[in-house]
Amino acid sequence: MNWLLSKVEELSGENLYACYQCGKCSAGCPMVEEMDLLPNQVILLVKLGDESVVEAKSPWVCAQCYQCGVRCPREVDIAKIMEAIRLIKLRKNIDHIKLENVEKNLPQIAIVSATRKYTG
Amino acid sequence: MEMGYYPGCTLKTNAKVFEDSLLKAFEKIGIKLKELNKWYCCGTVYSLATDNLMYRLAAIRNLIRAKEDGHEKLVAPCSICYNTLKQANLMAKSDEEAMSKINAFMDEEPDYDGSVSVIHPLEVIEAKLQEIKAAVKKPLGKKYAAYYGCLLLRPKEIAIDEHENPSIMERLIEALGGSVVNFPLKNECCGSYNVASNKEAVIDANYRIITNARRNGADAIVTSCPLCHFNLKEMQKEVKKVHPEFAGLPVYYFSELMVEAFGIEMEG
Repeated sequence: MNWLLSKVEELSGENLYACYQCGKCSAGCPMVEEMDLLPNQVILLVKLGDESVVEAKSPWVCAQCYQCGVRCPREVDIAKIMEAIRLIKLRKNIDHIKLENVEKNLPQIAIVSATRKYTG
Repeated sequence: MEMGYYPGCTLKTNAKVFEDSLLKAFEKIGIKLKELNKWYCCGTVYSLATDNLMYRLAAIRNLIRAKEDGHEKLVAPCSICYNTLKQANLMAKSDEEAMSKINAFMDEEPDYDGSVSVIHPLEVIEAKLQEIKAAVKKPLGKKYAAYYGCLLLRPKEIAIDEHENPSIMERLIEALGGSVVNFPLKNECCGSYNVASNKEAVIDANYRIITNARRNGADAIVTSCPLCHFNLKEMQKEVKKVHPEFAGLPVYYFSELMVEAFGIEMEG
């Protein structure tokens, strides 16, 4: 097993080999138009050990809405896989946003959520 | 009837109108929402990593406060708080290993066993529709699109209603004398905290969701989440810059419709 797959499986607790690439996650994803890789492609690249997935935009666009996971016929919780990929970077102390750039007029729940999801 | 009430940060600030209208509307149907004596931020979005228990402590601490106050049920109106508290509570009930670590780490707190039941006000409303109908003084009379977003419905273990086709908010609107429109995007995400990092995603989602509601004949959108409310209401200004023909729609909390139909005057 490649390091990327084993790390993602460890952090997410999900079995990526359950995915058979049907694309239902990507078909229902409300944020897919903003993504560079489709959610099912993210899973495939992790399985192939392609480290470019760690630099992709998709995991950061994922808003943890769980639509993919509730519709997956193989019960793969893709939101957890996206979180695992984010954490691979965040745990190296590489933040996705600078907090000082976040607009101050947002509701607290937006600011706290962004802090938790985009900074380590 | 009295129930424990967890406001969360945003109901005290940006979404104060949600808190004020909810407390008044519930009082009218005989439910007193009693705010916890002490509470903290729930931590917002639930942490999904198997090893990240640290981010779940805040939610568990709030549940301990609810138990201390003697509440069997804790009402959490903000969708994000509801989702986070409910998922943390499910973990408390089902994940013995995680809870033994959390309980040991928080040795200043009593152990928590998952015995508080986290509920959303719309679940309370479901059992009170007859009382609600009886309390209506000014029937609404408009057409509404009920918007649920994600966190009241998913993951499905925490859903307040059928997760692909919920109807509780529609039943409330009809009980208040309004009519509802077909709204296929009612459970599609508004972009959530992308508003802090990638505003374009939220602008696109706003355009898609509001346009879908308008095409189906809605006069207004109804929601329960302060972040959906912000993304759907405040971001309409940004949408107009990208799509000049965009007409927009008013956005209300479901509790605002309740006080309106009950004929309750709100201060300010």
